[in-house]
Amino acid sequence: MATQAATLSRRVEYISPRRQRVMGFVFLALAAGIWLFFIRTVDAGVSTTFRLTPGGSDIQLADWVFATAPALNILAIISAVLGGYQLARGFGRNTNLVLGLVSFLFMFGFLAWAAADGSLNIAGLLRTTLQKAVPITFGAMSGILSERAGVVNIAIEGMMLTGAMIGALMGSVGRLYFGDTAGLWIGLGSAVIFGGLLALIHGVLSIKYKTDQIISGTVINIFATGMTSFISAKFLQKYQELNSPGIFQSIEFPLLSKIPFIGPVFFDNNVFIFAMFLFLILLHIGLFFTRWGLRLRSVGEHPKAADTLGINVFRTRYMAVTLSGMMAGFGGAYFTLGSVGRFDEVMTAGRGFIGLAAMIFGNWSPFGSFGASLLFGFADSLQSKLAILSVNIPSEILLMAPYIATMVVLAGVIGRGHMPAADGQPYEKE
Amino acid sequence: MAEEEKKENASEVPKEQEEKQNATQIFFEELMSGPVMIPILAIITGLLLGGLIVALTTEEVYTTFAQSPVQAILTGLNAAWKSYVALFTGAIGDPARMIAAIQAGEGEEIRRAFNPFFESLVQSTPYIFAGLAVALGFRAGLFNIGAEGQLFVGAMTGVWVGFAIKGLPPVIHIPLALLAGAAGGALWGFIPGFLKARTGGHEVINTIMMNYIAFRLSEFMLRGPLKRPESANPVSPLIEESAKLPRLFEDPIRFHIGFFIALGFAWLVWWFLFRTRWGFDLRTVGANPNAARYAGMNITLVTIVAMSLSGGLAGLAGINEVLGVNHNLALAFSSGYGFDAIALALLGKSHPAGVVLGALLFGFLRNGAVQMQLTAGIPIDIIQVMQAMILAFAAAPAIIRTIYRLRPPKEAEEGLLVRGWGG
Repeated sequence: MATQAATLSRRVEYISPRRQRVMGFVFLALAAGIWLFFIRTVDAGVSTTFRLTPGGSDIQLADWVFATAPALNILAIISAVLGGYQLARGFGRNTNLVLGLVSFLFMFGFLAWAAADGSLNIAGLLRTTLQKAVPITFGAMSGILSERAGVVNIAIEGMMLTGAMIGALMGSVGRLYFGDTAGLWIGLGSAVIFGGLLALIHGVLSIKYKTDQIISGTVINIFATGMTSFISAKFLQKYQELNSPGIFQSIEFPLLSKIPFIGPVFFDNNVFIFAMFLFLILLHIGLFFTRWGLRLRSVGEHPKAADTLGINVFRTRYMAVTLSGMMAGFGGAYFTLGSVGRFDEVMTAGRGFIGLAAMIFGNWSPFGSFGASLLFGFADSLQSKLAILSVNIPSEILLMAPYIATMVVLAGVIGRGHMPAADGQPYEKE
Repeated sequence: MAEEEKKENASEVPKEQEEKQNATQIFFEELMSGPVMIPILAIITGLLLGGLIVALTTEEVYTTFAQSPVQAILTGLNAAWKSYVALFTGAIGDPARMIAAIQAGEGEEIRRAFNPFFESLVQSTPYIFAGLAVALGFRAGLFNIGAEGQLFVGAMTGVWVGFAIKGLPPVIHIPLALLAGAAGGALWGFIPGFLKARTGGHEVINTIMMNYIAFRLSEFMLRGPLKRPESANPVSPLIEESAKLPRLFEDPIRFHIGFFIALGFAWLVWWFLFRTRWGFDLRTVGANPNAARYAGMNITLVTIVAMSLSGGLAGLAGINEVLGVNHNLALAFSSGYGFDAIALALLGKSHPAGVVLGALLFGFLRNGAVQMQLTAGIPIDIIQVMQAMILAFAAAPAIIRTIYRLRPPKEAEEGLLVRGWGG
């Protein structure tokens, strides 16, 4: 069974000559970009300092100092060579991998340039990137669960907002009665439950009443925005003790957190980041290597065939949508219980929609979406760093990047995504 | 569309007397079970549930419940009733005050007494434009979630024409600024339309992304090129006097001719959709793309044009607010008109007349809610909750039919557009 599922998950990849050429030019353009924007504006003899120890960490690591201009030249040359090879021979099925590499080189060049004649804390940047990526990844996983089963869920934003509000409210109530730690877990549990309940409404509307799934999702988004703001204005702002759940403290993994650089970045975080990795692995295995996942995906690809084989399409979809809502609720709780420690109106600020974008960017796969979330989180964390480095790029432009990138991916410039075939179509039993 | 056909049938009927009787009967039966009754019941149910939420979130209900449950229930009902009254007086005005003002015959007091009603019309105006935008998209089978972003871009391009061009007479300046707003919105609609038509990228995702790009763009513009030089805040300069939409009454009534322009556009959209060949093509592509393709219609072109027109209408919603009410552009100047428009377009069955009625309802609700917040202490956000529930019931008529035991429809006319991402 497991091997069968693995075979199914492997897609036939064909790189068209046109795409090969487009990608070759993209690589060359990035190489030219490094030269045009970075190298020309850097004075000779200037060096960049990357600090590798995040603030507050006791394991000191020496700074990484290198001459800026030569390093940038090397980066540009590598990118150009890769672009030339892509145009001449092509990387075939590894094209996307090489695209990732070239983009990484470009970003690295950008950071080196931005920190020229100064220093940048790379470890700190990675740490914030990871933290900013958490809610986006949860949103993406929520989307994957439901869309793989053929139900479009644009209500992730609303579910996350509800999770955040309920997490703060129930966490505070729990704290008043059962103490700090228990309160946090009560808040988290309630956020998950309410996310699931909201998703169940989405399920009933779109599966039972066959309402258009986008309309149903819009209903939930409007409802959640209104309801959370209503409760916040009516109770949370009035009674401050109902809006102070506290936050989950960082857990230092024994031994692992002592690894230089990697330790402080990955193994010194709160429960949300570990849960995110756990869920990513579980979701990946669950979707592609178990009977459960095979059934879920078959319902999303060809519900009629699945029904013929005796899979209960409705029940599978209800289950998937509910799990999707629970995942979004968990991610929403991060805002209040994992990061801020208080609920503010509309505090998710579109992270659910970025999660949706990350899902598309990551081709409806857990780890692909995680990569996309990291990219989006990086853009998010970079804009706060740029202000410090006094780089003259408006932060708003940087914040637009994830959205533009998603549209480019959706347009098929980097290769068409593989969307579940029955995504968005209500199932009618005959 | 169904309503339209019915009207045509009704006008043909008077030829024979007997059939008229029959047709009228059928017409009313259809009315009760079909397209008109469902939205009305959806609205009533949504409003009632809103009152229930108000009652359930009244603290006194819980503090008095232990002593006397009856008293507690009465307290809750009283709170709900008080908020309905506040909603009504906030949206339309206090009838007693109106009568007293007219009897006294004092101009300013009359204006004050009637101000809530006109303010509601002011609030309805952007809803009409944005609702028409979403409805036009629906008719072409397109889901324009991006009305909010298009509205922002329209406001940006329009406000620039409003303040940067000087010395024009209002007759030229106002239409020019409106046109610029429509053009900005149309551009923002064109991009997802083009991507949909040429690459198949789904317009829902693309318009969501375009929304956020528009928000960031407006932040950037208001901190940079469009910023008022003498202000520390991200706000644009005031528009020229010649670009302001004329107000029809003196202060405090802000009612301006934008409302009539909006009604004019509602008529224009109706005429375009139902009386022109272009509109016919658009509706055919929306109803059945395959049939449209076999009939030789250019689906690519229709999709692009429909999204651009939709965006243009949304852009008008934005610039109308700027020219008529705010007279400048500030951050987050629209609080979700574009998103609410989705609900009201569905409520109005994507028919311009229905959109206008839905927009009036939403405008009155929004304006009344301000008063409700002030006098009854109910947060304004309850309106969004009500709107969401109204939309849910309007979009899932089966729920309303079950609650009110209505007859199921003869044919399956439900489901305005049920299509997946692939579309």
